Amino acid sequence: MARKLLLEHDDVPGIETFEVYRKLGGYRSVEKALKTMSPEQVVEEVQKSGLRGRGGAGFPTGMKWSFLAKPEGVPRYLLCNADESEPGTFKDRYLMEKIPHKLIEGMIVSSFALGANLSFIYIRGEYMWVLEILEKAIAEAYANGFLGKNILGSGYDLDLRVAPGGGAYICGEETALIESLEGKRGNPRMKPPFPAVKGLWGCPTVVNNVETIAAVVPIINDGGEEYAKIGLGKSTGTKLISASGNLVRPGVYEIEMGMTVEEFIYGDDWCRGIANGKKMKACIPGGSSVPILPAHLITKTAAGEDRLMTYESLSDGGFATGSMLGSGGFIVFDEDQCIVRNTWTFARFYAHESCGQCSPCREGTGWMEKVLNRLEHGQGNMRDIDLLAEINKKIEGNTICPLGDAAAWPVAAAIRHFREEFEWHVTNREESQTRNYGLLKAPVVG
Amino acid sequence: MSNTHVDLSKRHSEKPTFSSEKMAEVQALIASYPEGKSKSALIRILHIAEEEFGGWLSIETMDYVAEILNIQPIEVYEVATFYTMFNLDPVGKHVFEVCHTGPCMISGSDNIMEYIQQKLDIKVGETTKDGMFTLKTAECLGACGYAPMLQCGKKFHEHLTKERVDEIIAAYRSGEMPK
Repeated sequence: MARKLLLEHDDVPGIETFEVYRKLGGYRSVEKALKTMSPEQVVEEVQKSGLRGRGGAGFPTGMKWSFLAKPEGVPRYLLCNADESEPGTFKDRYLMEKIPHKLIEGMIVSSFALGANLSFIYIRGEYMWVLEILEKAIAEAYANGFLGKNILGSGYDLDLRVAPGGGAYICGEETALIESLEGKRGNPRMKPPFPAVKGLWGCPTVVNNVETIAAVVPIINDGGEEYAKIGLGKSTGTKLISASGNLVRPGVYEIEMGMTVEEFIYGDDWCRGIANGKKMKACIPGGSSVPILPAHLITKTAAGEDRLMTYESLSDGGFATGSMLGSGGFIVFDEDQCIVRNTWTFARFYAHESCGQCSPCREGTGWMEKVLNRLEHGQGNMRDIDLLAEINKKIEGNTICPLGDAAAWPVAAAIRHFREEFEWHVTNREESQTRNYGLLKAPVVG
Repeated sequence: MSNTHVDLSKRHSEKPTFSSEKMAEVQALIASYPEGKSKSALIRILHIAEEEFGGWLSIETMDYVAEILNIQPIEVYEVATFYTMFNLDPVGKHVFEVCHTGPCMISGSDNIMEYIQQKLDIKVGETTKDGMFTLKTAECLGACGYAPMLQCGKKFHEHLTKERVDEIIAAYRSGEMPK
């Protein structure tokens, strides 16, 4: 088993309580940061660690922090993005449910680094019971002097609150999240100005994913350089992977970046292969927005090298033969799954979740859903397949926020790699209603 | 984006009012935000209001929330209609929201949905005659590794099988919280 930095002690009974968490070394990073470091030094350690945003975009966290404007007399805010809604992603929920104090500890150190005195965890409304777990843990942290006024006698004050959303994927986009936190509809804002300059209530704001903030804890405890030794190249540290679909052992895993995809899918310590002795047909390695890959391109790159669990290796080959690490939402499909149907469910998802602000996304996602619906239900024609590609091009890059791209990419990738299956739905309309296409005629691994 | 508009024909007959205990909770929530930023409490207050006033938000409920926050009713309507968790029509005592996005679909959510419809003798979007259950679909709820699943209130029911569905329905019918 790999070393655990984020999910350490996740199997210890009572780890969700302050007492047990503290006894096992919890809140050391707060003591270290507040008593022996300056905020600038904390930022420096995070920069040295090479930590990249774990929400999906992979932007260097230290750099994001360094962009935060610091005008005199204006409050600054740190917002934790716990709106986890990308299909295939459930890692943040696991971390918050099991070890809520890890996130709170990370929030304290990160807020200190950014000079925020009021911070928020914005959590998706469906995770209401997780919100209750977090609030209980926050109350414990207040009672033990880790939140509130003059934390550990350092002179630093911090209040931490949790706010729920109401069931809107779009609120995972940082400016939509800010709108929502202000009590409005989750319509993303035009950028610039970026949240680092004008965010919550018009003040400088940083928005980071749950896992990103939790990773600050080991970075401060062990030092940024130590953290950077874990992983491979620019993919430093550990990553939480949400594994779902037709696996023997789906669930949340913490991996050291750099292990092979093959080992992750088939290894005994990990997912243990495809359920029911079936073969793998396809895999989406980073949540529903990233390109789906057929089995032969998920374990090996087009050049025949081992595909690794890193930002770089998973995107090797660009969108032609690669994908992305994204949120680490790893969805595996067995030979009995229908790619057209799956693509339709994703198109339906994005049509449902488009905020409606930009016409290309509002109309385009709706049209993609309609066209895929008829293809899936044996009423499509060959022109529909090209029509989907056309609609795609009209959405991609033409919207305020990336939801439009996120909706376009999975459809484009499904057609790119599984065109013969889409065509089969047109040429075998009746048959496609009673059975699935099965494996591609391309080489199959596993 | 929700396509639901506010249906004026569905009303609460009496003006909803929070109990003094709930009102204290709501006021504490409002006070937790900086001065002048109380609108930020809106979404959470709507969740509380929905739970308190029959599982859905009527015009009366939304107007009442607007009054508490001292904002225009339209500011509440536009939020309530945007976020899909809020029910703008009356619902049954227990609302089943069955996830049907990709990871749940490939793990058998179609069959589970069909079974629940059969078992409750209603279609998606309908409520049982006894007012016990409303059935809805939901888009990804973040339980992909434990699929198929459904949400009922604050509870996630995961690893669903026909037997599990039977147990869950029986428990709710007898007034218990299913395991």
